[in-house]
Amino acid sequence: MGPLFAKQRYLLDFALSCLWRRRGKNLALLTVYTLVVFAVASVMFFTQALKREAALVLGATPELLVQKLTLGRHDLIPADYTHRIREIRGVGQVTGRLWGYYYDPQVRANYTVLAPQGVEVPERTVLVGAGIARVRHLTRGATLTFQGYDGKPYSFQVRGVLSPESELLSADLILMSAADLRRLFGLPEGLYTDLTVAVANPREVSTVAAKIQELYPDTRPIVREEIRRTYEAAFDWRAGILLAVLSGALLAFLIFAWDKAAGLSAEERREIGLLKALGWDTAEVLQLKFWEGAVVSLTAFFLGTVGACLHVFVAPAPLFAPVIKGWSILYPRFRLTPFISLFDLGILFFFTVVPYTVATIVPVWRAASMDPDQVMRS
Amino acid sequence: MIELQEVRKVFHAGRPNEQVAVAGVSLTLEAGKLTVFRGPSGSGKTTLLSLIGCMARPTSGRIFLKGREITSLPVRFLTDLRRRTFGFIFQQFHLLAGVSVLENVMLPAYPLGEKYRHLRARALGWLERLGLLSKAGAKAEWLSGGEAQRVAIARALINDPDILIADEPTAHLDTRLSREFMALMADFRAAGTTILIASHDPLVHEAPAVDRVVDLRDGRLLTPEAPG
Ligand SMILES: Nc1ncnc2c1ncn2[C@@H]1O[C@H](COP(=O)(O)OP(=O)(O)OP(=O)(O)O)[C@@H](O)[C@H]1O
Ligand SMILES: [Mg+2]
Repeated sequence: MGPLFAKQRYLLDFALSCLWRRRGKNLALLTVYTLVVFAVASVMFFTQALKREAALVLGATPELLVQKLTLGRHDLIPADYTHRIREIRGVGQVTGRLWGYYYDPQVRANYTVLAPQGVEVPERTVLVGAGIARVRHLTRGATLTFQGYDGKPYSFQVRGVLSPESELLSADLILMSAADLRRLFGLPEGLYTDLTVAVANPREVSTVAAKIQELYPDTRPIVREEIRRTYEAAFDWRAGILLAVLSGALLAFLIFAWDKAAGLSAEERREIGLLKALGWDTAEVLQLKFWEGAVVSLTAFFLGTVGACLHVFVAPAPLFAPVIKGWSILYPRFRLTPFISLFDLGILFFFTVVPYTVATIVPVWRAASMDPDQVMRS
Repeated sequence: MIELQEVRKVFHAGRPNEQVAVAGVSLTLEAGKLTVFRGPSGSGKTTLLSLIGCMARPTSGRIFLKGREITSLPVRFLTDLRRRTFGFIFQQFHLLAGVSVLENVMLPAYPLGEKYRHLRARALGWLERLGLLSKAGAKAEWLSGGEAQRVAIARALINDPDILIADEPTAHLDTRLSREFMALMADFRAAGTTILIASHDPLVHEAPAVDRVVDLRDGRLLTPEAPG
């Protein structure tokens, strides 16, 4: 154990006993500080996790989607549109998709009904999302009855509950065969909800989109990249509102910290003078105060961050969810996949710990650079 | 051992409130002796002690410590010199409230970073010697005036200083405690420590252990030393 290390240990120990000496004040400070970190970190984790969920959703979205428009609204697209689109240079597979919404009056929620490609769902059976399974108390083997377009009941056997990595993606999803879907909604053969177009070279996507638009002026090609931007803007906007509110809190805290630190009490100034008179260097006094500040701010940072993790990922963000999510009654119990970016954590650290520590050090530095002889006359 | 050459200290130099606290003092103080500075209020006793103790720099003049000129040393060296060479006993004792007596005593040694075991043993040793062992864990603000001063003495001694400086040490003590204080100083002097005391108190000037009384008035020696 070198003397330098030993010295810092003495300073840290003494810093702790100084903090303990003024525990009332320091606990109040720590509480406010922790709450601020907690609030900011919660918003951050929450938006980050949602963004990631959105990215997962988009990962499942095809590169290029083609919808037919009638009166400027999304309409069913005829299957023979696929032939001429397939002939465009650079286009691979063109597939018709079948999906729609089903309103369940029993739980007053919309389900997304989809006939999946690549997954065989036997007729008269469905796979249901976890959200639906929860609100309708469904398990494997249960029977789920829908009211068809013609008012007649259509019953399905539940083959299983979907449990992919993102619940946001699948909470409201019902998978059934294409034939069942057509029957339930009374959709004739030869019509699809929309078309997905595979493009081998990602850089040709917009050219292909333009060509489709030219070929079929009554369609709207949707490029995935655009959806991604829309999603992100929506999330950022919502997060922005929260952050605007929180930055008020942060500002108040900074003023509080500054005031606390800048207005060194006469007693504190006297003590700094005393340490200097007892043979402490200006640097050593600063190190002591640095430790004090570091202990408070690191503790607050740690408690606030861990609290925010629990709040966002374990207790499904009861405080913020209504603001940021709020789109479906199927979601109230859904749990975000923990996802924390180190970069964001670094930003948070930088904007909470650093200003506080600086705010503590600067005035001390002014007080500590005075001549120690002042102590002899007080 | 300590030599002052034409030392001056001027506060607020060049301004209307200019204050000459020490006005050219030349003085040689022998090692291992007990010297008392005497003089009316405002005569510059405290200022002179703070200059000798490297707490402040003189405006002009030079100070030598064991033959080494200290007036022009950089701050870092000055601090180091101060904490290894001097022990201070302040008039108001200046113990840190809310912290234990033991910690108060060890405080000046923290920046030196020695082994905790050794430091603690030494601090407890001094407390025992001063009859305060039972108070080691007590908070400083619970002490009586006499106890507080003995803690301040233990603190001044923690870095084994060659020179002990005390400013008005008996100002807050009754006669009995003042005598005890001077008796203690006599012990340290006998052990070879150089002691400098500033005081108004006749009880201090007349104590048997005092080797020399230096009279100050208006920042000057009342009887200048013969040069050489
Ligand atoms: N920091 C300062 N700024 C301005 N003037 C000062 C300062 N420190 C001391 N003085 C002045 O210097 C003079 C000498 O002060 P000093 O404290 O050394 O006297 P003293 O002999 O110790 O007095 P006392 O017996 O009252 O303690 C006084 O006139 C005092 O007002
Ligand atoms: Mg004085």
